[in-house]
Amino acid sequence: MSCLILAEHDNSTLHPVTAHVVAAARRIGGEIHLLVAGDGCRRVAEQAATLDGVAGVWLADAARYADQTPESVAELVAARMAPHSHGLAAATAAGKSVMPRVAALLDVAQISDLVGVESGDTFVRPIYAGSALATVRSSDAKKIITVRATAFAAAGTNSAPAPIESLAVPDAPGKSRVVSRRLNRSARPELDAARVVVSGGRGLGSAENFHALLEPLADRLGAAIGASRAAVDAGFVSNDLQVGQTGKIVAPRLYIAAGLSGAIQHVAGMKDSQVIVAINKDPEAPIFQIADYGLVADLFDAIPALTAALGRTGDGGRNP
Amino acid sequence: MKAIVAVKRVVDYNVKVRVKADGSGVDAANAKMSMNPFDEIAVEEAVRLKEAGIVSEVIAVSIGAAPCQDTLRTALAVGADRAILVETGAEIQPLGAAKLLRALCERESPRIVLTGKQAIDDDANQTGQMLAALMGWPQATFASRLAIDGDVATVEREIDGGVETVEMRLPAVVTADLRLNQPRYATLPNIMRARKKPLETVTPEALGVDVSPRLEILKVSEPPRRAAGIRVADVAELAARLRDAEGVA
Repeated sequence: MSCLILAEHDNSTLHPVTAHVVAAARRIGGEIHLLVAGDGCRRVAEQAATLDGVAGVWLADAARYADQTPESVAELVAARMAPHSHGLAAATAAGKSVMPRVAALLDVAQISDLVGVESGDTFVRPIYAGSALATVRSSDAKKIITVRATAFAAAGTNSAPAPIESLAVPDAPGKSRVVSRRLNRSARPELDAARVVVSGGRGLGSAENFHALLEPLADRLGAAIGASRAAVDAGFVSNDLQVGQTGKIVAPRLYIAAGLSGAIQHVAGMKDSQVIVAINKDPEAPIFQIADYGLVADLFDAIPALTAALGRTGDGGRNP
Repeated sequence: MKAIVAVKRVVDYNVKVRVKADGSGVDAANAKMSMNPFDEIAVEEAVRLKEAGIVSEVIAVSIGAAPCQDTLRTALAVGADRAILVETGAEIQPLGAAKLLRALCERESPRIVLTGKQAIDDDANQTGQMLAALMGWPQATFASRLAIDGDVATVEREIDGGVETVEMRLPAVVTADLRLNQPRYATLPNIMRARKKPLETVTPEALGVDVSPRLEILKVSEPPRRAAGIRVADVAELAARLRDAEGVA
């Protein structure tokens, strides 16, 4: 067995999800190689080479991979799969766009959102928004997999980096072209990597309230901000903050759910958080069924009070 | 130009599915079934392209047993022109679905194929991308805006951290995300009219497609349940719990 992992990056920095994918590959077993495809991305390859358990890094550094379009990257991954039994990527927007193409090019199934490894051919993945877990066995010669990062603790780093080998890349016109990327820059931690997430729902009532109430609490806790679909649809925050079945899957140390009911589709994205706090004025809200600590209260009183209470502790308690 | 829109019949969005006691699957025997919500959005987009004069014909396709006709009638009622059911009782996985759609694309020569970004039953998120790869076409997944000018589609995609705009030459596959549009409801007169629209039935065998599953489902189980938590009386107690029990300052 041997694994090829498609590294996730922006040409300058390796995304932390890749270390989680390496951890999943180590559960499968065999040698692990990383593939870094991009433009001017040698630094990424150097970072990838330090991940624990990585035997080598392939670097495909060429203008045609600058935007990592799924059409071009999938062809590259499929071509590089010849010596490998398993091909993996993170179950991110990028990984989900590329890996099904790879699988189709190789005429094999793709396994989405891996959360457990039973053996080299038997895997666990969630279905029905996480209401059930399916254990599936692949009969294909090669397994193409996307990995749910939150299900595997990140691989560490190693002081003896693995060798990096550059690949000769044939030049070919791309099938699609990225015109622009508009990323929402934020000083906050990234939603899928944050230790604490403060999430809001429709109960906040307006975009103004959402920001005025949740941002001070998030600032206090060094938290990322998330939202339910209802809050995104109502225009309180941008779509990339949506947590749930079809948004981000998060599993922080602490998840504070404010003014959201706890629809199945939202819970699917956060139920693996270590500690869940729910604040809602409706005592019947389903979110209370999965919360470790539930507070039935009006958000407009409770959130500022919680911000102040946690602040007092932080200032005067542990760090005098 | 023709558009194909692929729709799947799934357990309704609002149904809380239960795992069968014998671990063989989920109990969907008497569950309400509906069109996959992302596919509804794809149908709406295709119909809007027709209303805008960009698409000349919208062909709805579904794969599965005879009741999938209901799903196709729904697509016809919101504006699809005709429908094709690939009728089969077999379990169809994404690769098999993509191959069936390839066969229909080769027959119908659409310039665009629209479908939902994922089905809410298997949550696979694969079929559109697989079809694009099999056809050698470009793709735009997670579409939140679609504009077509001549032979070029410009698509805004919801990616991690923001929005990406891609341009691609048709033919292409576009998969719909939540915010691409707000699907319309089928009106009663249109539901009546849809009954008269053509609905063709074919089989995987007739299309010459091998749809054998590649993944065997060994077991379906309940995910671990979270232990019941506690209600706190007020903010002070919550803050104290987070501080003392959870170490959150």
